[in-house]
Amino acid sequence: METFLVYTFIGLTTAAIYAVIASGLVLTYTTTGVFNFAHGAIGMLAAFAYWQMHEAWHWPTLVAVLVDLLVLGPLLGLFLERVIMRGLGGTSEATKLVVSISLLVAMIGLANVLWNPDVGRTVYPFFNGRKIRLGPTALSYHQLITIIVAILVALGLRLLLTRSRLGVTMRAVVDDPALTQLNGAHPTRVAQFSWAIGCSLAALGGVLVVSSTVLNASGLALLIVNAYAAAIFGRLRSLPLTFVGAIILGLADGYLRGYLPQNDYLTALPLAAPAILLFIVLLAMPNRRLRTHVRTREYFPAPTVRGAVLFCIVVLLGGLMMATTMSTIDLPTYSQLFAIGIIALSLVPLVGFAGQISLCQLSFAGIGAVCMAHVGINGNPLGFVVAILVCGVVGALVALPALRLQGIYLALATAAFAVFLDQWVFHLPDFDVGPIHLGSTTVVPHIMHFSTFSLGSVNVSTVKLFGYNVITPTAQMVLATVLFVICFAIVCFIRRSRFGRRLLAMRDSEAACATFGLDLLGTRLSVFAMSAAMAGLGGALYGTQLTAVTPDRFNFVAGLPIFMMVVVGGAGFASAGLFAGVSLNALLPFMTTVFNSFGKYQLILTGGVGIGLGREPSGAAPQIATGFIALREDLPVIVSMLCLMVVTWAGRLINLYPNWPMLIALFVIFVGAVAIASRRRLVARGIARAAVTGAAAADVEEVPLEWVGVTVPWTPELLAKTEQVLGLGSVTYEAVGAATIRRGGAS
Amino acid sequence: MTTTGPARTTGAVAPVVAPMLELRGVRAAYDSIDVLHGIDLVVPAGQVIALLGPNGAGKTTTLKVASGLHPAAAGDVFIAGRRVNGARADELACRGLCLVPEGRGVFPNLTVRENLWVMTYAGRSRSEIEEAAYARFPVLAERRHQHAGTLSGGEQQMLAMARGLATDPALLILDELSMGLAPLVVEQLYGLVADVAAEGVSILVVEQFARVVLGVASRAAVMVAGHIVHEGLPAEIEATLSESYLGAGETEH
Ligand SMILES: Nc1ncnc2c1ncn2[C@@H]1O[C@H](COP(=O)(O)OP(=O)(O)O)[C@@H](O)[C@H]1O
Ligand SMILES: [Mg+2]
Repeated sequence: METFLVYTFIGLTTAAIYAVIASGLVLTYTTTGVFNFAHGAIGMLAAFAYWQMHEAWHWPTLVAVLVDLLVLGPLLGLFLERVIMRGLGGTSEATKLVVSISLLVAMIGLANVLWNPDVGRTVYPFFNGRKIRLGPTALSYHQLITIIVAILVALGLRLLLTRSRLGVTMRAVVDDPALTQLNGAHPTRVAQFSWAIGCSLAALGGVLVVSSTVLNASGLALLIVNAYAAAIFGRLRSLPLTFVGAIILGLADGYLRGYLPQNDYLTALPLAAPAILLFIVLLAMPNRRLRTHVRTREYFPAPTVRGAVLFCIVVLLGGLMMATTMSTIDLPTYSQLFAIGIIALSLVPLVGFAGQISLCQLSFAGIGAVCMAHVGINGNPLGFVVAILVCGVVGALVALPALRLQGIYLALATAAFAVFLDQWVFHLPDFDVGPIHLGSTTVVPHIMHFSTFSLGSVNVSTVKLFGYNVITPTAQMVLATVLFVICFAIVCFIRRSRFGRRLLAMRDSEAACATFGLDLLGTRLSVFAMSAAMAGLGGALYGTQLTAVTPDRFNFVAGLPIFMMVVVGGAGFASAGLFAGVSLNALLPFMTTVFNSFGKYQLILTGGVGIGLGREPSGAAPQIATGFIALREDLPVIVSMLCLMVVTWAGRLINLYPNWPMLIALFVIFVGAVAIASRRRLVARGIARAAVTGAAAADVEEVPLEWVGVTVPWTPELLAKTEQVLGLGSVTYEAVGAATIRRGGAS
Repeated sequence: MTTTGPARTTGAVAPVVAPMLELRGVRAAYDSIDVLHGIDLVVPAGQVIALLGPNGAGKTTTLKVASGLHPAAAGDVFIAGRRVNGARADELACRGLCLVPEGRGVFPNLTVRENLWVMTYAGRSRSEIEEAAYARFPVLAERRHQHAGTLSGGEQQMLAMARGLATDPALLILDELSMGLAPLVVEQLYGLVADVAAEGVSILVVEQFARVVLGVASRAAVMVAGHIVHEGLPAEIEATLSESYLGAGETEH
């Protein structure tokens, strides 16, 4: 009885914290439509700020708390509304998600810069050590305060939302924003207010929770993610249900801690419990309606065959250059860019084509690495095959229950799966399924021996292909490049195939697809399985490069930058995979070697890049591409450029000069080629213009049809060409005369 | 019914000699699709003007431009003689423009009372607004704690109108008041419109078909495909109505 009470109190305290945080999240989501992934990170920053004010500067508790709640929280809220969230209207869920995930990453980075993570910090509970006796047990003042605060928050929010004009207006905005404005309410004022309150509640949660955990940036930001499960309980709408959800989660957490048998298998389970509950709650959501047309600002044209081939050649060449010129110390670092690139590439069909969201690609990669470690012993290439197959199956298994989910809910479900893996499954010791004995008879035979990271790290041996051991860094770089190019070609092929067009159609309107008999379930399942399989391959490759893998390489947070960078690069373009790989695993390490202190600011920078996305929702790839369009079209210049580059490279190979001059020379050649190509293009156009009749024809030849209306206006010539390409025959447009509309008459 | 009362003095809107609302050469577009191709429309102070037209003609868009919800691509919008291009909808609402949008202009998940409270931004207190609304529509007083979504269609329109009128607007704009309502209720609502007009409020009513609106209007305009095609006295417009809708001269009925 006594233990029961103790764990009930612990559970209720946790519940109170979850409730406070979740209610802030629900408030901002309902009134602004942005699910703030960084909500927890705000709580984390507030917790650190509290430590700074109270423990480091010795400010009185109350002052520190009030500064957090009334100054820091609201200011952060206003900052978010003003700088980041405004202007996200009309963008896709993925874009909104990336902006708030970037914020999460940037805030973790900021906290690590401001508060050195290697220093231990403790925050003591309020009225440390004081308790009140309650029958056989006792309740600490801190617990009591936490519970009372949650009750006050519940009452306060209720009063605010039903009694105050501002609160009523906030609810009105949920119903109909335009109508609220017609009634004279300032829409931004309302949004600012709800961001301020929401962030203030996150800060409150952070201050309350900090004394019971370790003050660690990513841990705290994610611990608070658990509160999201409570918010989902209320369908992100109902505050009372959110509180119920918080109580269930909190109590489950308390009792699991109290009563779960202590062994290697179950110790970590409570950490994963909220994620499991989140997954279950999401599955219990009522069936959503099929999505009809969504208006977004994103646009992703298909790659041309020529563009794709060119891209592959350039990547292969680049890989070979790196393989032959880099030192064996640098090579292992930089060859990872292709492994990460493959994992990033796996997101392109899923996010870019099909409009689905997955935050667990790196977890699939982890599974792939584990397969490689256990099957690919002594370089057995079967490891790659098993990694692909196992991940494909797991991907389909995850997708199956999650198929009904969309947008933010799908993101949360996949996040829950990732947390479930990295908090629990990846930390399991080896285990067997079966045999089960009843007395002396065996009921179930030994089915399988499972092994993940064997409580630490597992070794992955390098792969042997056709009797050749890919063990030197150079060989590994070449292998990575080749695998990446193959995956790239597959993704490009998918985009141009029937399956790819089906994915795009589904992304644009599921309802329309269902009406003409497209098998939505099968399509979604296959794209999930395919993309998980590709991530698995990337993970297996990553494993062979690392030689020993640990679970934290594949945890949820580590996977976020990959997702971010793919969307930033332009999720609908296969080149976004390379963009992600290069920016995360080439640019960042490179900058760190150049500027020593740069490593510290890595996360902030990565986050900043993602936050900037709101301005250009189609991503960076198309912008880079339009810069190079002239070059891409100009075969003589490309060939000369490549030749010059190869010559420069050859010079390096015979040791005429070291790497630095080569890099600079390559860069100069490239920039020069771009400049020359655009100049030639201008001249060519000028000539075309000069020849009066030829002008239109030249333009018609040049413009890719899918860009017409986007980059160039429609002209009669283009219309004619479109008709010709689509095989419509020339249509002559006549004014519809009165005679044709007569009812019943011959038209 | 041509109530050409004297111009009223209300809130921030000064006594006017100029028309209450005037659109001059207004064009508007959604993304790159032009919807309005140069609309000229005048609502003189204290008059009721009807704007008719088939579905998709751009009537709602015209109202959105007039009330600040949608930007005009070209042309000018004047309210009480002042050019208001670029003004925000909430600013105009606080200065005496009231638009009751098409569909039901209510917040379904708020109670009747809370629906009225939202209207307190124009400087009236809650109790004043509630009193004014219940005085005009006693039925709302009985239902003050009910969610607006559970009211009947007619009651929802009453609530929407009550909320707008409670702040004594100078200009009332009604978009398809009759949409989805029984003819009897429509007539009742237009009776109310006539009453409000008699108080001196300038009114712009938009309808698709309902000829009942011509009974309360002093002038009417017909809009087709983003152009005003006819403008005149209600009787003249009634005669040309079927022609405008079917795009043909004489049609057999
Ligand atoms: N939000 C919108 N986005 C794009 N097009 C719109 C939008 N609203 C209306 N339209 C288009 O503008 C035209 C005029 O619409 P509207 O003003 O609502 O007409 P009405 O009210 O006369 O029926 C229609 O062709 C409609 O399809
Ligand atoms: Mg309309």
